[in-house]
Amino acid sequence: MNGTTRAPLLQAEALSFRFPGETQGRDAVRHASLDLYPGEVLAVVGESGSGKTTLLNCLAGRLAPREGSVRYRCASDEWVDVHAMPERQRRLLARTEWGFVEQHAAAGLRMGVSAGANIGERLMGLGERHYGRLRDSAADWMSRVELDAARIDESPRHYSGGMRQRLQIARNLVTRPRLVLMDEPTTGLDVSVQAKLLDLIRLLVARMHVAAVVVTHDLGVARLLAHRTLVMQGGRIVEHGLTDRVLDDPQHPYTQLLVSSVVAP
Amino acid sequence: MTDTSNASEAQPTLRVRGVHKHFTLHLRGGQALPVLHGVDLDAAAGECVALVGASGQGKSTLIKCLHGNYGVNRGEILLRTAEGEVDLAQAAPQQVIELRRRRIAYVSQFLRAVPRVPAIDVVAERLLQAGLDADMADLAGNEAWQTAQEAARAQVAALFTRLNLPPALWQLPPATFSGGEQQRVNIARGFILPSALLLLDEPTASLDAANRRVVVQLIHEAKARGAAVIGIFHDEEVRDAVATRCVHLPSAPDTAVAPVELETTP
Repeated sequence: MNGTTRAPLLQAEALSFRFPGETQGRDAVRHASLDLYPGEVLAVVGESGSGKTTLLNCLAGRLAPREGSVRYRCASDEWVDVHAMPERQRRLLARTEWGFVEQHAAAGLRMGVSAGANIGERLMGLGERHYGRLRDSAADWMSRVELDAARIDESPRHYSGGMRQRLQIARNLVTRPRLVLMDEPTTGLDVSVQAKLLDLIRLLVARMHVAAVVVTHDLGVARLLAHRTLVMQGGRIVEHGLTDRVLDDPQHPYTQLLVSSVVAP
Repeated sequence: MTDTSNASEAQPTLRVRGVHKHFTLHLRGGQALPVLHGVDLDAAAGECVALVGASGQGKSTLIKCLHGNYGVNRGEILLRTAEGEVDLAQAAPQQVIELRRRRIAYVSQFLRAVPRVPAIDVVAERLLQAGLDADMADLAGNEAWQTAQEAARAQVAALFTRLNLPPALWQLPPATFSGGEQQRVNIARGFILPSALLLLDEPTASLDAANRRVVVQLIHEAKARGAAVIGIFHDEEVRDAVATRCVHLPSAPDTAVAPVELETTP
Protein backbone atom coordinates (compact mmCIF):
# COMPACT_ATOMS: atom_id res chain seq x y z
CA MET A 1 0.00 0.00 0.00
CA ASN A 2 1.14 3.44 -0.88
CA GLY A 3 3.34 4.98 1.72
CA THR A 4 1.54 5.18 5.01
CA THR A 5 1.10 1.57 5.92
CA ARG A 6 4.37 -0.24 5.47
CA ALA A 7 5.47 -2.11 8.53
CA PRO A 8 3.71 -1.75 11.87
CA LEU A 9 5.31 0.27 14.63
CA LEU A 10 3.98 -1.77 17.49
CA GLN A 11 2.73 -5.32 17.61
CA ALA A 12 1.08 -6.99 20.54
CA GLU A 13 0.44 -10.66 20.33
CA ALA A 14 -1.95 -12.66 22.51
CA LEU A 15 -1.39 -10.58 25.63
CA SER A 16 -2.86 -11.91 28.84
CA PHE A 17 -2.48 -10.25 32.18
CA ARG A 18 -3.76 -11.21 35.62
CA PHE A 19 -3.38 -9.08 38.71
CA PRO A 20 -1.58 -10.78 41.59
CA GLY A 21 -3.98 -12.56 43.86
CA GLU A 22 -6.65 -12.97 41.21
CA THR A 23 -7.90 -16.49 40.73
CA GLN A 24 -7.31 -18.43 37.58
CA GLY A 25 -9.55 -17.42 34.71
CA ARG A 26 -9.87 -13.88 36.05
CA ASP A 27 -7.52 -12.21 33.63
CA ALA A 28 -7.78 -8.43 33.29
CA VAL A 29 -6.60 -8.76 29.69
CA ARG A 30 -7.18 -11.93 27.70
CA HIS A 31 -5.45 -12.83 24.46
CA ALA A 32 -5.32 -9.28 23.20
CA SER A 33 -3.53 -8.77 19.90
CA LEU A 34 -3.11 -5.58 17.94
CA ASP A 35 -0.96 -3.85 15.35
CA LEU A 36 -0.31 -0.14 15.26
CA TYR A 37 1.03 1.58 12.16
CA PRO A 38 3.10 4.77 11.96
CA GLY A 39 0.94 7.87 12.18
CA GLU A 40 -2.12 5.90 13.15
CA VAL A 41 -4.38 6.72 16.09
CA LEU A 42 -6.04 3.77 17.74
CA ALA A 43 -8.77 4.20 20.33
CA VAL A 44 -9.41 1.56 22.95
CA VAL A 45 -12.98 1.84 24.23
CA GLY A 46 -15.08 -0.08 26.72
CA GLU A 47 -16.64 0.43 30.11
CA SER A 48 -14.71 0.73 33.38
CA GLY A 49 -13.08 -2.53 34.31
CA SER A 50 -12.97 -3.84 30.75
CA GLY A 51 -9.17 -3.91 30.81
CA LYS A 52 -8.40 -0.86 28.67
CA THR A 53 -5.86 0.74 30.97
CA THR A 54 -4.30 -2.60 31.87
CA LEU A 55 -3.81 -3.28 28.17
CA LEU A 56 -2.23 0.14 27.76
CA ASN A 57 0.14 -0.50 30.66
CA CYS A 58 1.12 -3.83 29.15
CA LEU A 59 1.85 -2.08 25.84
CA ALA A 60 3.92 0.53 27.67
CA GLY A 61 5.98 -2.12 29.42
CA ARG A 62 4.70 -1.02 32.83
CA LEU A 63 2.93 -4.27 33.52
CA ALA A 64 4.44 -7.59 32.51
CA PRO A 65 1.91 -9.81 30.76
CA ARG A 66 1.47 -13.40 31.88
CA GLU A 67 1.50 -14.48 28.26
CA GLY A 68 2.14 -12.90 24.92
CA SER A 69 4.55 -10.28 23.66
CA VAL A 70 4.81 -6.63 22.72
CA ARG A 71 7.24 -5.75 19.97
CA TYR A 72 8.24 -2.26 18.92
CA ARG A 73 10.06 -1.14 15.80
CA CYS A 74 12.64 1.46 16.84
CA ALA A 75 13.64 4.51 14.83
CA SER A 76 16.68 2.48 13.82
CA ASP A 77 14.20 0.00 12.25
CA GLU A 78 15.26 -2.66 14.69
CA TRP A 79 12.52 -4.65 16.42
CA VAL A 80 12.70 -4.90 20.18
CA ASP A 81 10.69 -6.99 22.61
CA VAL A 82 9.34 -4.46 25.10
CA HIS A 83 9.10 -6.95 27.94
CA ALA A 84 12.35 -8.77 27.31
CA MET A 85 14.63 -5.74 27.08
CA PRO A 86 16.59 -4.46 30.07
CA GLU A 87 14.85 -1.90 32.26
CA ARG A 88 17.46 0.72 31.37
CA GLN A 89 16.74 0.41 27.68
CA ARG A 90 13.00 0.53 28.27
CA ARG A 91 13.37 3.73 30.27
CA LEU A 92 15.45 5.28 27.56
CA LEU A 93 12.79 4.38 25.01
CA ALA A 94 10.08 5.78 27.26
CA ARG A 95 11.70 9.19 27.36
CA THR A 96 12.86 9.37 23.76
CA GLU A 97 10.70 7.57 21.22
CA TRP A 98 7.63 7.14 23.41
CA GLY A 99 5.35 9.38 25.34
CA PHE A 100 2.76 8.57 27.97
CA VAL A 101 -0.07 10.92 28.85
CA GLU A 102 -1.57 10.02 32.19
CA GLN A 103 -5.21 10.48 33.07
CA HIS A 104 -4.21 12.51 36.11
CA ALA A 105 -1.74 15.13 34.96
CA ALA A 106 -0.11 15.23 38.39
CA ALA A 107 1.11 11.68 37.81
CA GLY A 108 2.73 12.63 34.52
CA LEU A 109 4.23 15.95 35.61
CA ARG A 110 6.81 16.90 38.17
CA MET A 111 4.81 19.17 40.38
CA GLY A 112 7.81 20.50 42.28
CA VAL A 113 9.45 22.21 39.30
CA SER A 114 8.36 24.91 36.89
CA ALA A 115 6.29 24.37 33.75
CA GLY A 116 9.34 25.18 31.64
CA ALA A 117 11.44 22.62 33.46
CA ASN A 118 8.72 20.03 32.95
CA ILE A 119 8.96 20.51 29.20
CA GLY A 120 12.75 20.79 29.20
CA GLU A 121 13.31 17.64 31.18
CA ARG A 122 12.93 15.23 28.30
CA LEU A 123 15.16 17.36 26.10
CA MET A 124 17.81 17.36 28.80
CA GLY A 125 17.45 13.60 28.97
CA LEU A 126 18.44 13.57 25.32
CA GLY A 127 21.56 15.58 26.06
CA GLU A 128 20.44 19.17 25.49
CA ARG A 129 22.19 21.34 28.07
CA HIS A 130 21.99 24.83 26.59
CA TYR A 131 19.76 26.83 28.90
CA GLY A 132 18.65 29.35 26.27
CA ARG A 133 17.63 26.67 23.80
CA LEU A 134 15.82 24.67 26.46
CA ARG A 135 13.90 27.74 27.49
CA ASP A 136 13.06 28.63 23.90
CA SER A 137 11.77 25.13 23.22
CA ALA A 138 9.71 25.21 26.37
CA ALA A 139 8.20 28.57 25.46
CA ASP A 140 7.53 27.40 21.91
CA TRP A 141 5.78 24.29 23.15
CA MET A 142 3.75 26.19 25.69
CA SER A 143 2.37 28.31 22.89
CA ARG A 144 1.71 25.26 20.73
CA VAL A 145 -0.49 23.80 23.42
CA GLU A 146 -2.05 27.22 23.98
CA LEU A 147 -0.51 27.93 27.36
CA ASP A 148 0.61 31.43 28.17
CA ALA A 149 4.40 31.34 27.80
CA ALA A 150 4.63 34.11 30.40
CA ARG A 151 3.75 31.49 32.99
CA ILE A 152 6.80 29.39 32.14
CA ASP A 153 8.35 29.77 35.59
CA GLU A 154 5.23 28.85 37.53
CA SER A 155 4.76 25.46 39.07
CA PRO A 156 2.03 23.34 37.48
CA ARG A 157 0.46 23.34 40.94
CA HIS A 158 -0.92 26.76 40.05
CA TYR A 159 -2.38 25.46 36.80
CA SER A 160 -5.95 24.33 36.26
CA GLY A 161 -6.71 20.73 35.30
CA GLY A 162 -7.00 21.52 31.60
CA MET A 163 -3.76 23.52 31.65
CA ARG A 164 -1.91 20.74 33.41
CA GLN A 165 -3.12 18.28 30.84
CA ARG A 166 -1.86 20.54 28.05
CA LEU A 167 1.45 20.89 29.82
CA GLN A 168 1.68 17.14 30.07
CA ILE A 169 1.10 16.85 26.34
CA ALA A 170 3.78 19.45 25.60
CA ARG A 171 6.19 17.63 27.90
CA ASN A 172 5.60 14.43 25.96
CA LEU A 173 5.66 15.81 22.44
CA VAL A 174 8.70 18.06 22.78
CA THR A 175 11.05 15.22 21.91
CA ARG A 176 8.90 14.25 18.90
CA PRO A 177 8.09 10.74 19.99
CA ARG A 178 6.99 8.19 17.44
CA LEU A 179 4.44 6.63 19.74
CA VAL A 180 2.26 8.22 22.41
CA LEU A 181 0.09 6.25 24.79
CA MET A 182 -2.76 8.18 26.39
CA ASP A 183 -4.92 7.05 29.26
CA GLU A 184 -8.26 8.90 29.30
CA PRO A 185 -6.56 12.20 28.43
CA THR A 186 -9.75 14.26 28.66
CA THR A 187 -11.65 12.53 31.44
CA GLY A 188 -12.50 14.69 34.40
CA LEU A 189 -12.19 17.99 32.55
CA ASP A 190 -14.99 20.44 31.81
CA VAL A 191 -16.71 19.82 28.52
CA SER A 192 -15.42 23.03 26.97
CA VAL A 193 -11.88 22.25 28.10
CA GLN A 194 -12.26 18.73 26.75
CA ALA A 195 -13.19 19.99 23.30
CA LYS A 196 -10.19 22.29 23.24
CA LEU A 197 -7.82 19.58 24.37
CA LEU A 198 -9.18 17.05 21.88
CA ASP A 199 -8.77 19.48 19.06
CA LEU A 200 -5.23 20.13 20.16
CA ILE A 201 -4.33 16.44 20.36
CA ARG A 202 -5.92 15.83 16.98
CA LEU A 203 -3.92 18.55 15.25
CA LEU A 204 -0.61 17.79 16.91
CA VAL A 205 -0.87 14.09 16.22
CA ALA A 206 -1.75 14.68 12.57
CA ARG A 207 0.97 17.24 12.04
CA MET A 208 3.71 15.28 13.70
CA HIS A 209 2.63 11.96 12.24
CA VAL A 210 2.75 10.40 15.69
CA ALA A 211 1.17 7.03 16.28
CA ALA A 212 -1.06 6.96 19.33
CA VAL A 213 -3.08 4.58 21.44
CA VAL A 214 -5.83 6.44 23.27
CA VAL A 215 -7.76 4.72 26.03
CA THR A 216 -11.16 6.29 26.51
CA HIS A 217 -14.63 5.37 27.67
CA ASP A 218 -16.00 8.23 25.56
CA LEU A 219 -17.02 7.16 22.06
CA GLY A 220 -17.02 10.81 20.98
CA VAL A 221 -13.30 10.97 21.71
CA ALA A 222 -12.75 7.87 19.61
CA ARG A 223 -14.82 9.34 16.78
CA LEU A 224 -12.86 12.56 16.83
CA LEU A 225 -9.34 11.27 17.25
CA ALA A 226 -9.00 7.73 16.10
CA HIS A 227 -8.56 6.13 12.70
CA ARG A 228 -9.28 2.75 14.21
CA THR A 229 -11.16 1.67 17.28
CA LEU A 230 -10.91 -1.42 19.37
CA VAL A 231 -13.70 -2.42 21.76
CA MET A 232 -12.92 -4.28 24.98
CA GLN A 233 -15.25 -6.20 27.21
CA GLY A 234 -14.19 -8.32 30.15
CA GLY A 235 -10.53 -8.15 29.15
CA ARG A 236 -11.15 -9.29 25.60
CA ILE A 237 -11.06 -7.34 22.36
CA VAL A 238 -14.53 -8.06 21.03
CA GLU A 239 -14.49 -5.85 17.96
CA HIS A 240 -12.05 -3.70 16.05
CA GLY A 241 -11.91 -1.83 12.79
CA LEU A 242 -12.28 1.58 11.18
CA THR A 243 -13.66 3.94 13.79
CA ASP A 244 -16.64 5.04 11.74
CA ARG A 245 -17.47 1.46 10.88
CA VAL A 246 -17.27 0.28 14.48
CA LEU A 247 -19.50 3.16 15.59
CA ASP A 248 -21.90 3.27 12.62
CA ASP A 249 -22.20 -0.44 11.93
CA PRO A 250 -21.27 -2.23 15.17
CA GLN A 251 -21.35 -6.01 14.87
CA HIS A 252 -20.79 -7.30 18.39
CA PRO A 253 -23.72 -7.19 20.83
CA TYR A 254 -21.61 -5.31 23.37
CA THR A 255 -20.55 -2.67 20.84
CA GLN A 256 -24.17 -2.25 19.78
CA LEU A 257 -25.07 -1.71 23.42
CA LEU A 258 -22.27 0.84 23.88
CA VAL A 259 -23.19 2.77 20.75
CA SER A 260 -26.90 2.78 21.53
CA SER A 261 -26.27 3.98 25.06
CA VAL A 262 -24.82 7.39 24.20
CA VAL A 263 -26.27 10.51 22.74
CA ALA A 264 -24.89 11.00 19.23
CA PRO A 265 -21.52 9.28 19.49
CA MET B 1 -30.69 -4.80 -11.37
CA THR B 2 -31.25 -2.43 -14.26
CA ASP B 3 -27.70 -1.40 -14.75
CA THR B 4 -27.33 -1.13 -18.50
CA SER B 5 -23.99 0.49 -18.98
CA ASN B 6 -22.29 -0.27 -22.25
CA ALA B 7 -18.73 -0.78 -21.19
CA SER B 8 -17.67 2.37 -22.95
CA GLU B 9 -14.58 3.06 -20.91
CA ALA B 10 -11.69 0.67 -20.67
CA GLN B 11 -12.56 -0.29 -17.14
CA PRO B 12 -14.95 1.35 -14.72
CA THR B 13 -13.56 3.18 -11.74
CA LEU B 14 -15.83 1.22 -9.45
CA ARG B 15 -17.34 -2.22 -9.91
CA VAL B 16 -19.78 -3.43 -7.31
CA ARG B 17 -20.58 -7.12 -7.47
CA GLY B 18 -23.21 -9.04 -5.53
CA VAL B 19 -23.21 -6.83 -2.47
CA HIS B 20 -25.42 -8.05 0.34
CA LYS B 21 -25.97 -6.15 3.52
CA HIS B 22 -28.10 -6.91 6.51
CA PHE B 23 -28.06 -5.56 10.03
CA THR B 24 -28.24 -7.94 12.97
CA LEU B 25 -29.89 -6.22 15.89
CA HIS B 26 -28.47 -7.99 18.90
CA LEU B 27 -30.40 -5.77 21.27
CA ARG B 28 -33.61 -6.93 19.58
CA GLY B 29 -32.97 -10.60 20.09
CA GLY B 30 -30.73 -10.93 17.07
CA GLN B 31 -33.37 -9.78 14.61
CA ALA B 32 -31.96 -9.53 11.10
CA LEU B 33 -32.75 -6.53 8.96
CA PRO B 34 -31.93 -7.24 5.34
CA VAL B 35 -31.22 -4.15 3.26
CA LEU B 36 -29.13 -4.88 0.17
CA HIS B 37 -29.81 -8.00 -1.84
CA GLY B 38 -27.09 -8.54 -4.38
CA VAL B 39 -26.26 -5.13 -5.75
CA ASP B 40 -24.29 -4.93 -8.99
CA LEU B 41 -23.18 -1.55 -10.18
CA ASP B 42 -20.52 0.00 -12.37
CA ALA B 43 -19.39 3.59 -12.35
CA ALA B 44 -16.97 4.79 -14.99
CA ALA B 45 -14.76 7.84 -14.92
CA GLY B 46 -16.71 10.89 -16.00
CA GLU B 47 -20.19 9.55 -15.37
CA CYS B 48 -22.72 10.20 -12.65
CA VAL B 49 -24.85 7.27 -11.58
CA ALA B 50 -28.02 8.25 -9.73
CA LEU B 51 -29.48 5.74 -7.32
CA VAL B 52 -33.26 5.90 -7.50
CA GLY B 53 -36.16 4.25 -5.75
CA ALA B 54 -38.41 4.68 -2.75
CA SER B 55 -36.98 5.40 0.69
CA GLY B 56 -35.94 2.34 2.57
CA GLN B 57 -34.57 0.61 -0.51
CA GLY B 58 -31.06 0.95 0.85
CA LYS B 59 -29.67 3.76 -1.28
CA SER B 60 -27.94 5.50 1.62
CA THR B 61 -26.86 2.14 2.98
CA LEU B 62 -25.17 1.35 -0.32
CA ILE B 63 -23.38 4.70 -0.33
CA LYS B 64 -22.15 4.00 3.21
CA CYS B 65 -21.00 0.53 2.20
CA LEU B 66 -19.04 2.07 -0.67
CA HIS B 67 -17.47 4.60 1.67
CA GLY B 68 -16.78 1.92 4.24
CA ASN B 69 -18.82 3.24 7.18
CA TYR B 70 -20.79 0.05 6.80
CA GLY B 71 -19.26 -3.34 6.23
CA VAL B 72 -20.88 -5.73 3.75
CA ASN B 73 -21.88 -9.31 4.41
CA ARG B 74 -21.10 -10.56 0.93
CA GLY B 75 -19.88 -9.27 -2.40
CA GLU B 76 -17.11 -7.14 -3.81
CA ILE B 77 -16.55 -3.40 -4.10
CA LEU B 78 -13.72 -3.05 -6.56
CA LEU B 79 -12.08 0.33 -6.87
CA ARG B 80 -9.62 0.89 -9.65
CA THR B 81 -6.38 2.45 -8.42
CA ALA B 82 -2.96 3.03 -9.91
CA GLU B 83 -1.87 -0.19 -8.19
CA GLY B 84 -4.72 -2.27 -9.59
CA GLU B 85 -8.19 -3.02 -8.26
CA VAL B 86 -8.74 -2.88 -4.52
CA ASP B 87 -11.69 -4.69 -2.98
CA LEU B 88 -13.00 -2.19 -0.46
CA ALA B 89 -15.15 -4.90 1.09
CA GLN B 90 -12.00 -6.69 2.19
CA ALA B 91 -9.46 -3.87 2.44
CA ALA B 92 -7.54 -3.26 5.66
CA PRO B 93 -8.61 -0.15 7.61
CA GLN B 94 -5.30 1.55 6.85
CA GLN B 95 -5.90 1.05 3.15
CA VAL B 96 -9.44 2.45 3.34
CA ILE B 97 -8.14 5.50 5.22
CA GLU B 98 -5.43 6.05 2.65
CA LEU B 99 -7.94 5.82 -0.21
CA ARG B 100 -10.30 8.20 1.57
CA ARG B 101 -7.53 10.73 1.99
CA ARG B 102 -7.09 11.20 -1.71
CA ARG B 103 -9.34 9.10 -3.93
CA ILE B 104 -12.74 8.71 -2.31
CA ALA B 105 -14.85 11.66 -1.25
CA TYR B 106 -18.19 11.44 0.49
CA VAL B 107 -20.78 14.11 1.06
CA SER B 108 -23.17 12.86 3.72
CA GLN B 109 -26.57 14.27 4.54
CA PHE B 110 -25.31 15.77 7.75
CA LEU B 111 -22.09 17.44 8.67
CA ARG B 112 -20.41 15.86 11.64
CA ALA B 113 -19.03 19.03 13.08
CA VAL B 114 -15.86 18.95 15.08
CA PRO B 115 -16.25 21.23 18.07
CA ARG B 116 -14.24 24.44 18.03
CA VAL B 117 -12.80 24.08 14.53
CA PRO B 118 -13.66 27.00 12.21
CA ALA B 119 -15.58 26.11 9.05
CA ILE B 120 -12.66 27.08 6.84
CA ASP B 121 -10.36 24.68 8.66
CA VAL B 122 -12.90 21.86 8.61
CA VAL B 123 -12.41 21.90 4.85
CA ALA B 124 -8.75 23.00 4.73
CA GLU B 125 -7.90 20.03 6.92
CA ARG B 126 -8.87 17.69 4.12
CA LEU B 127 -6.40 19.38 1.79
CA LEU B 128 -3.67 19.37 4.40
CA GLN B 129 -4.13 15.71 5.22
CA ALA B 130 -4.05 14.71 1.59
CA GLY B 131 -0.77 16.59 1.32
CA LEU B 132 0.62 15.00 4.44
CA ASP B 133 2.92 12.17 3.79
CA ALA B 134 4.73 9.85 6.10
CA ASP B 135 7.86 10.96 4.33
CA MET B 136 7.30 14.64 4.91
CA ALA B 137 9.51 14.55 7.91
CA ASP B 138 8.90 17.73 9.79
CA LEU B 139 5.55 19.27 9.18
CA ALA B 140 5.53 20.13 12.83
CA GLY B 141 7.92 22.89 11.93
CA ASN B 142 5.62 25.81 12.32
CA GLU B 143 6.66 27.72 9.25
CA ALA B 144 6.16 24.99 6.66
CA TRP B 145 2.86 24.15 8.27
CA GLN B 146 1.63 27.70 8.26
CA THR B 147 2.52 28.15 4.61
CA ALA B 148 0.65 24.96 3.72
CA GLN B 149 -2.26 26.06 5.87
CA GLU B 150 -2.48 29.50 4.28
CA ALA B 151 -2.51 27.97 0.80
CA ALA B 152 -5.21 25.50 1.79
CA ARG B 153 -7.36 28.21 3.37
CA ALA B 154 -7.11 30.36 0.24
CA GLN B 155 -8.35 27.44 -1.82
CA VAL B 156 -11.23 26.83 0.57
CA ALA B 157 -12.13 30.52 0.62
CA ALA B 158 -12.55 30.44 -3.15
CA LEU B 159 -14.90 27.45 -2.93
CA PHE B 160 -16.87 28.99 -0.03
CA THR B 161 -17.31 32.10 -2.13
CA ARG B 162 -18.68 30.05 -5.00
CA LEU B 163 -21.07 28.38 -2.57
CA ASN B 164 -22.23 31.79 -1.30
CA LEU B 165 -21.21 31.07 2.26
CA PRO B 166 -20.95 34.47 3.99
CA PRO B 167 -17.32 35.26 4.92
CA ALA B 168 -18.49 36.19 8.42
CA LEU B 169 -19.06 32.48 9.01
CA TRP B 170 -15.74 31.17 7.77
CA GLN B 171 -13.94 31.57 11.08
CA LEU B 172 -16.78 30.11 13.14
CA PRO B 173 -17.29 26.46 14.00
CA PRO B 174 -20.17 25.11 11.89
CA ALA B 175 -22.00 23.58 14.86
CA THR B 176 -24.18 26.66 15.15
CA PHE B 177 -24.81 27.09 11.41
CA SER B 178 -28.18 26.59 9.75
CA GLY B 179 -28.81 23.32 7.92
CA GLY B 180 -28.11 24.85 4.52
CA GLU B 181 -24.90 26.50 5.70
CA GLN B 182 -23.64 23.28 7.28
CA GLN B 183 -24.47 21.43 4.12
CA ARG B 184 -22.39 23.83 2.07
CA VAL B 185 -19.41 23.26 4.36
CA ASN B 186 -19.98 19.57 3.87
CA ILE B 187 -20.12 19.97 0.10
CA ALA B 188 -16.94 22.04 0.12
CA ARG B 189 -15.25 19.27 2.06
CA GLY B 190 -16.34 16.73 -0.53
CA PHE B 191 -15.35 18.77 -3.57
CA ILE B 192 -12.18 20.51 -2.43
CA LEU B 193 -10.01 17.66 -3.70
CA PRO B 194 -10.23 16.02 -7.10
CA SER B 195 -11.32 12.50 -6.17
CA ALA B 196 -11.59 9.45 -8.36
CA LEU B 197 -14.81 8.36 -6.67
CA LEU B 198 -17.34 10.87 -5.41
CA LEU B 199 -20.20 9.62 -3.23
CA LEU B 200 -23.08 12.04 -2.75
CA ASP B 201 -25.98 11.43 -0.39
CA GLU B 202 -28.58 14.12 -1.05
CA PRO B 203 -26.04 16.89 -1.50
CA THR B 204 -28.63 19.53 -2.32
CA ALA B 205 -31.28 18.57 0.23
CA SER B 206 -31.32 21.80 2.24
CA LEU B 207 -30.07 24.25 -0.38
CA ASP B 208 -31.84 27.05 -2.17
CA ALA B 209 -32.09 27.20 -5.96
CA ALA B 210 -28.99 29.33 -6.49
CA ASN B 211 -26.83 27.01 -4.43
CA ARG B 212 -28.33 23.92 -6.02
CA ARG B 213 -27.11 25.30 -9.34
CA VAL B 214 -23.62 25.75 -7.91
CA VAL B 215 -23.60 22.14 -6.78
CA VAL B 216 -24.81 20.97 -10.18
CA GLN B 217 -21.95 22.91 -11.70
CA LEU B 218 -19.46 21.37 -9.26
CA ILE B 219 -20.68 17.90 -10.17
CA HIS B 220 -20.28 18.68 -13.87
CA GLU B 221 -16.74 19.83 -13.22
CA ALA B 222 -15.95 16.69 -11.22
CA LYS B 223 -17.23 14.54 -14.08
CA ALA B 224 -15.24 16.51 -16.61
CA ARG B 225 -12.16 15.95 -14.48
CA GLY B 226 -12.75 12.21 -14.65
CA ALA B 227 -14.43 11.47 -11.35
CA ALA B 228 -16.90 8.61 -11.13
CA VAL B 229 -19.89 9.99 -9.24
CA ILE B 230 -22.51 7.94 -7.45
CA GLY B 231 -25.30 9.88 -5.85
CA ILE B 232 -28.76 10.04 -4.38
CA PHE B 233 -30.68 13.07 -5.62
CA HIS B 234 -34.29 13.37 -4.58
CA ASP B 235 -34.53 16.68 -6.37
CA GLU B 236 -35.49 15.62 -9.89
CA GLU B 237 -34.26 18.80 -11.49
CA VAL B 238 -30.82 18.24 -10.02
CA ARG B 239 -30.89 14.58 -10.95
CA ASP B 240 -31.84 15.32 -14.55
CA ALA B 241 -29.09 17.88 -14.74
CA VAL B 242 -26.27 15.68 -13.45
CA ALA B 243 -27.12 11.99 -13.88
CA THR B 244 -25.61 10.09 -16.76
CA ARG B 245 -27.98 7.24 -15.92
CA CYS B 246 -30.23 6.01 -13.14
CA VAL B 247 -30.00 2.71 -11.30
CA HIS B 248 -32.71 1.02 -9.25
CA LEU B 249 -31.58 -1.11 -6.36
CA PRO B 250 -32.96 -4.62 -6.38
CA SER B 251 -35.74 -5.25 -3.87
CA ALA B 252 -36.11 -8.23 -1.57
CA PRO B 253 -34.70 -11.45 -3.00
CA ASP B 254 -37.94 -13.44 -2.99
CA THR B 255 -39.59 -11.22 -5.60
CA ALA B 256 -39.53 -11.80 -9.34
CA VAL B 257 -36.70 -9.38 -10.02
CA ALA B 258 -34.31 -11.23 -7.76
CA PRO B 259 -30.81 -10.85 -9.12
CA VAL B 260 -28.92 -13.90 -10.21
CA GLU B 261 -26.67 -14.98 -7.38
CA LEU B 262 -23.20 -14.13 -8.44
CA GLU B 263 -21.03 -17.12 -7.74
CA THR B 264 -17.50 -15.89 -7.82
CA THR B 265 -15.63 -18.58 -9.70
CA PRO B 266 -12.11 -17.37 -10.14
